[in-house]
Amino acid sequence: MSMWRRVTNLFRIKQVNNEIEEELQSHFDEALAQGRDPDEARRAFGSPLRHREASRDARLITWLDALRADAIFGLRQLRKNKITSLAAVLSLALAIGSCMAAFRLIDAVLLRPLPVANADHLYEVSRHGVFNNQSFTYNAWSYPLFQAMRVAVKDQAELLAVSNTEPEDLTYKSDQEMERAQVQYVCGWMLPTLGLRPKLGRLLSESDNLHPGAHPYAVLSQGYWEHRFGEDPKIVGRTFRMDERVYEIVGVVDGEFTGTEPGTMVDIFVPVMMHPGVSANDWSWHRTLAILKLGAAVEPLRAKLEAVSRAFEEQRMNGATAGMPKEQRDAFLNQQVLLEPAASGASQLRTDTRRPLTILCVLVVLVLLIACANVANLMTAQASSRARELALRVSIGGGRWRLVQLVLVQSACLAFLAAALGALLAWWAAPFVVGMINPPDNPARLLLPADWRVVGFGLAIALAVTLLFGLLPALRASTVNPATALKGGEDAHARQRLMHGLIGVQVAFCFLVLFVAGLFVTTFERLSHESTGFSGDCVLVVDTVTKQAQPLAYWNQLLDQLRHRQGIEAVGMSDAPLLGGGNWSNFISVDGLPPNGVIAYMRRVSPGWIDALKIPLLDGRDFLPRDSQPGSALVNQAFANAYFHGKSPVGRTFEIVFSGNFRLRFQAVGMVGDVRYEELRQPLVPQVYVPFRILGEKGEVRDVGGADLVVRTTSTNPLVLSQFLRDEIPQVRPEFRVSRIRTQLEINQSHTVRERLLATLAVFFSVVALLLAGVGLYGVLHYYVLQRQREIGIRIVVGAGIANIARIVTVDVFIALVGGSAAGLTLGIASARFMASLFYQVKATDPPMLIVPTLVLIAVAILAAIPAVIRASRIDPASMLRVE
Amino acid sequence: MSRRTDALQGSLDLLVLKILSRRSRLHGYAIMSAIQEISADVLRVEEGSLYPALHRMEESGWVRAEWVTKENGRRARVYQLTTAGKKQVGTEESRWKAVAAAVNRVLLEA
Repeated sequence: MSMWRRVTNLFRIKQVNNEIEEELQSHFDEALAQGRDPDEARRAFGSPLRHREASRDARLITWLDALRADAIFGLRQLRKNKITSLAAVLSLALAIGSCMAAFRLIDAVLLRPLPVANADHLYEVSRHGVFNNQSFTYNAWSYPLFQAMRVAVKDQAELLAVSNTEPEDLTYKSDQEMERAQVQYVCGWMLPTLGLRPKLGRLLSESDNLHPGAHPYAVLSQGYWEHRFGEDPKIVGRTFRMDERVYEIVGVVDGEFTGTEPGTMVDIFVPVMMHPGVSANDWSWHRTLAILKLGAAVEPLRAKLEAVSRAFEEQRMNGATAGMPKEQRDAFLNQQVLLEPAASGASQLRTDTRRPLTILCVLVVLVLLIACANVANLMTAQASSRARELALRVSIGGGRWRLVQLVLVQSACLAFLAAALGALLAWWAAPFVVGMINPPDNPARLLLPADWRVVGFGLAIALAVTLLFGLLPALRASTVNPATALKGGEDAHARQRLMHGLIGVQVAFCFLVLFVAGLFVTTFERLSHESTGFSGDCVLVVDTVTKQAQPLAYWNQLLDQLRHRQGIEAVGMSDAPLLGGGNWSNFISVDGLPPNGVIAYMRRVSPGWIDALKIPLLDGRDFLPRDSQPGSALVNQAFANAYFHGKSPVGRTFEIVFSGNFRLRFQAVGMVGDVRYEELRQPLVPQVYVPFRILGEKGEVRDVGGADLVVRTTSTNPLVLSQFLRDEIPQVRPEFRVSRIRTQLEINQSHTVRERLLATLAVFFSVVALLLAGVGLYGVLHYYVLQRQREIGIRIVVGAGIANIARIVTVDVFIALVGGSAAGLTLGIASARFMASLFYQVKATDPPMLIVPTLVLIAVAILAAIPAVIRASRIDPASMLRVE
Repeated sequence: MSRRTDALQGSLDLLVLKILSRRSRLHGYAIMSAIQEISADVLRVEEGSLYPALHRMEESGWVRAEWVTKENGRRARVYQLTTAGKKQVGTEESRWKAVAAAVNRVLLEA
């Protein structure tokens, strides 16, 4: 009989028994038919029970059968102690669910290999350098440099150019029906090199990579083709328009490949040759990935890339060196090239969330450990009430190992129930957290399949948990001594020591979670209350685009018209919103001297822009419509500090130094207050504002193709105006179209998304940890009072007061609490170093960071102790002693 | 009942296999009767041990069992050799011969 049959027989035991019974019966019948005496036949046969057992053992796997019996018994035990079991299952489910959700996230962002043929040979090429004593890692490259590197390492690796995926406006029909899609520029050979195949049509190829601007072809991802076009089989050949250009769809990628950036899913792939920066040697805009050829080593490849990169930059800087201080130049040229494995892709999300996710993971594991300690304590307490049963089992011949198995199986029942519940939690929680990762208008999109990786992880966790909380009580149960246990007196001290030890461990972990949560909450508080230097309340940022660049006069006309509309207080425009990305920086030269090495950050703004954002004008005047570039500029306080020793530069002139030592001369017409430029965490940087009115070589005014209108409304909810603006702007001029409307506050808040996420999750986990620790503490004290009823009763008789009783009941737990807190504090301070980069203006050693968790823990401990103390003080000595 | 079965214990498998190799599709009682008959009542299988032995051999894959309905309408479980069982007959037989020869040598030389 096959193993499988023996396993399946387990689930039809009754039938197996019946079959054996029937066969033995037919033996008798045969014997009687042969004329034998019934009694003689029965005697000859011997004990039917014994033979049945022997036959049964042959047809079943006995240990598995025992396991089944234990499982049934375990479940029955769980049902018997409903409240305890429910508490245990729920707390474990919460912890296991959090673990699984965290694993799903970490797996999707950091671990899961890309669905391509050669994921394990995939590396990302980036540069690492030190500027102004700060180290930076850049992963953006310019395409001409990429080409030089590709040729140089042709024999060792294939290089891939991949832009960041950006949401782009495009239309399949008329301009009135614009929609957004995630577009990525990729080198033509990328898709075939990654071993991908077309589902329809063809993929991009090397021949789509020949001439800048000459290959308006696009390939769709399968997911996009499915949900946007309903798997339209005639998709190949359709066109769409994006940025004044018409692209033809030539194919659909087969499979779930959605780009190399976890966190964003590419809808449309277009060739790098269509990117406006493809010929520029000073525009770094794409990532570089490398697929190592078989047998190629990493280090020689890295060295070669570094050499090519350095030579290229040196060449490029020739002529520009006059405009650059020597140490800056050296720092720039001495950048190191890094080659890091990227089997699971490379994205900003990965870089940004690696550390937060790791911390999340640690918090979750701590919560799991707290829950385990809790359940172990509950099980130990329960085991004490089962001591008699276990002793009985030993006395009638149950082996020690069978006892261990019995208790472990019960733990496993608990763990697997909890894991099943936890899986439900993870199912819901993981996408919920992903939704919180990015700002709402551009949410992170991750593949979160519940495949064997997740299921396997869940099972592994359930097993680990079983061992963690089941093993100690199981081993303890197996050492039961029948003689003493059956007499009723059993040494309770060892058991209590174990329980107090577990309480100490719980408190330590709980302290750690609280401590970390405190740091993250403070970081979020400080960062979100950080002054930006401008007022974002009531401000809408209206991303306005035109089909072709329009004369500046039209834009001014638009601003004028909007300025007089109901509900609008002030209007201005800039090339990009404050804190909304778009970084443009140059060196500054004063009085024709070489630059001093401090970088100034640029922004193009219209007259009235500073009023719309309520940026204070400290000296001079705002722009007037006649101000132009080169010519007039506004600067900020930090600029005055960096280049004019803090004196107002109004009326003074300076030059902006571009690459190649090309200079433009400006006169400062006004000085404004400092504002945050790109990042909330950055120090305030020197800034130069220049007018939109750009004079060409012949003195003509250049047209403007797009700008962010900054609209200050009178309403506290500026979004009520968004539909009005969408309708109104095309009415002023049909060429104008609104691409996107955001509030300035929303843009500001997008800088604290990560901090908010960490703070929210950390607070959630602290609440869970506190709850679990509180329940654990309560349970242990409750058990303790039960155990010592007699002693306490006697103490009350001889005149002990409530304070005395409270001391007796809580002293051991209090010691565990103090020890645990001390351990947690040490752990916390030690671990804070690894998280320091995530904190903002808060240190692990700040006294409030240490005092608050301690106070919270003490409060919870007191709350948990009160019921036990009350119970102890209410013990009626008379009835207690009568029972004995 | 005579207590000669002990000596038979190890060779019960051999006897059952041998019987089944001559006559297929026998039920337990028939196997027992056959052993008794052929050995002229010298070998008596302890009836109870027969079934565990049969089930063990079934689990080892030497014999295959199936339920058949007899003329009287009752069901009986009949056994037959599998391919593995047929090979096993040879193995068991040669082992028996080796043991018997060894025992004989001891008897002769002692």
